[in-house]
Amino acid sequence: MTTQVIPRPQDNRVAPPSFLRRYGSQLGIIGVGLAMWLGFVAAAPRVFLDIDIYKAFAETTPLFGLIALALTFVVITGEIDLSFPSIMALGTAVFCLMIKADMPQWLALVAGLATGAACGWVNGALVSRLNIPSLVITIGTQFLYRGIELVLMNGTGVPLTPDKYPVLTAVFTSHPFGVPIETLWTVLLAAVLWILLNRTRFGAHVFLVGDNPTSARLMGVNAVRVKTLAFMLVGVMAVFAGLMTSFVGYYFWPTTGDGFLLNSIASVFLGGTSVFGGTGSVIGTLVASYIIGAINAGIVSAGINAFYTQLCFGLVIVISVVLQTIIERRIRRQSIGGR
Amino acid sequence: MTNEAAAAADTSGKTPVIELRNVSKTFGEVRSLSGVDFKVYPGEIVGLLGDNGAGKSTLVKTIMGYHRPDPGGEIYFEGQRIHDWSVARARALGIETVYQERALSEKQPIWRNMFMGREPRTKWGLLDVTKMRSESARLMNEHMGFTSAAVHPDNVVMTMSGGEKQGVAITRALYFNAELVVLDEPTMGLSLTETRKTLDFVEGIKKAGKSAIFIDHNIFHVYPVVDRLYVLDRGKVAGVFNKSEISMDDLIARLYRVARSGSMDEEKAAS
Repeated sequence: MTTQVIPRPQDNRVAPPSFLRRYGSQLGIIGVGLAMWLGFVAAAPRVFLDIDIYKAFAETTPLFGLIALALTFVVITGEIDLSFPSIMALGTAVFCLMIKADMPQWLALVAGLATGAACGWVNGALVSRLNIPSLVITIGTQFLYRGIELVLMNGTGVPLTPDKYPVLTAVFTSHPFGVPIETLWTVLLAAVLWILLNRTRFGAHVFLVGDNPTSARLMGVNAVRVKTLAFMLVGVMAVFAGLMTSFVGYYFWPTTGDGFLLNSIASVFLGGTSVFGGTGSVIGTLVASYIIGAINAGIVSAGINAFYTQLCFGLVIVISVVLQTIIERRIRRQSIGGR
Repeated sequence: MTNEAAAAADTSGKTPVIELRNVSKTFGEVRSLSGVDFKVYPGEIVGLLGDNGAGKSTLVKTIMGYHRPDPGGEIYFEGQRIHDWSVARARALGIETVYQERALSEKQPIWRNMFMGREPRTKWGLLDVTKMRSESARLMNEHMGFTSAAVHPDNVVMTMSGGEKQGVAITRALYFNAELVVLDEPTMGLSLTETRKTLDFVEGIKKAGKSAIFIDHNIFHVYPVVDRLYVLDRGKVAGVFNKSEISMDDLIARLYRVARSGSMDEEKAAS
């Protein structure tokens, strides 16, 4: 290595990746969202220019959106969790049983959330320690957790009335400053999870494990711990959303969680999180969950047959996953051709 | 002869940086390493030679804590027996590796790769992303002399050329002031200038008084820079040589012999 100083073009060596490449997928989602909104406004101006429809979105979207935020972590690690609808129910059931056993409400709340963490730990441990494909094992645990819940509750529901739970009703469903608290929770928790994903070691390791697990392990990243924690995060968030869903409806149904699966998963993939793991965004999921919520309400309000919602979801998932794959292939192909 | 060389190294009176005693590693029914004794002294560059499947990479990954040795094997760091050897432990003690497969995360930007597994944190306990970005840019430009447009800290690794990727892997090992750097086939797939740079890097380790383990297929790369050589064959140490005691021609002849017969000595090979 000689000490000869060769002048280098100073400006070209720090050329950042283009704005479009860095934020392309996020811009795409926002674009899709805007286009759809304009479409709905055109189709049903009376509904979509009224504030009430937005209040309705803001109350219902968080129920599946919150879980989608946590699920983003699991998907980035290259895994999936299909058992969260059952965890929603099981955690809430534990809450109800603790109340029935005359425990204080705060303790019941902690026990419910801890149940979610435990269910997540089981999922994570089976996936990361035994290397079982998460797609398969979480179908299994989905039935397992639902089964435990149905047995515990004997298939019966529990009323959760505001007069018995004044504090928890205010926590999960109220309107501070005229804004539905469900959405305030979602924005707050999205901010917390953004920091967790982008500004902590755990978050950094989530990306590394999902990108290339062998490399991550070679560099000393504890992949088992990272994946287990990601699944536990989904578990806790599922119970939180399960309690919210129950308090919104003033009643805990043993079937709580049914119908949430597709909405949450669609939000994660529409939000630009890669199906192959390694990349993803909390903000993308947040925006996408509201788009999914809007599809639900919008189709009905626009006077289209509700059967079209399924069709619409299907299209959204398929198109977003195909687009992601094409974008990633383009980047890779450029690298093969010498950049 | 094997013992002589080991004894010659021992007389320096120094404690080895790393020492493996009687290390074996079995994968299912395949025994990749059997009863390997291996030492690296401070300031020493140790070459590791051997055919494909001789166990070089397994040895490296055992040293790094990625593989756990079979029961009976012992690992010592600076004379201390270490029981809970792991990658995180090895790196915390100052052992860094440039892996053959590079161990990069292709979809992540350079700054995430540079600090993989030891991300700096602010006093609040959050990732110091600003530092990660600026340090990566500085290191890439100052140490590896990258001038290409692809080498912005925010660029994802999969857009880089093979040499640039290797640059990231080497810079990552260099930056953290390692006591011992392990280079597993670092020149594989590199251009002439990139290879030169890598060999200069190995020389630089020695000048800085640090140790290195250098693994390469190309004996012409290995021989000039090393002090001592281990030859592995079918998971066993077939010979240890001080460079002063063996010429390159002699070494090449012995390597051929071991590949054919499993023994380095002429008499045994002939019989």
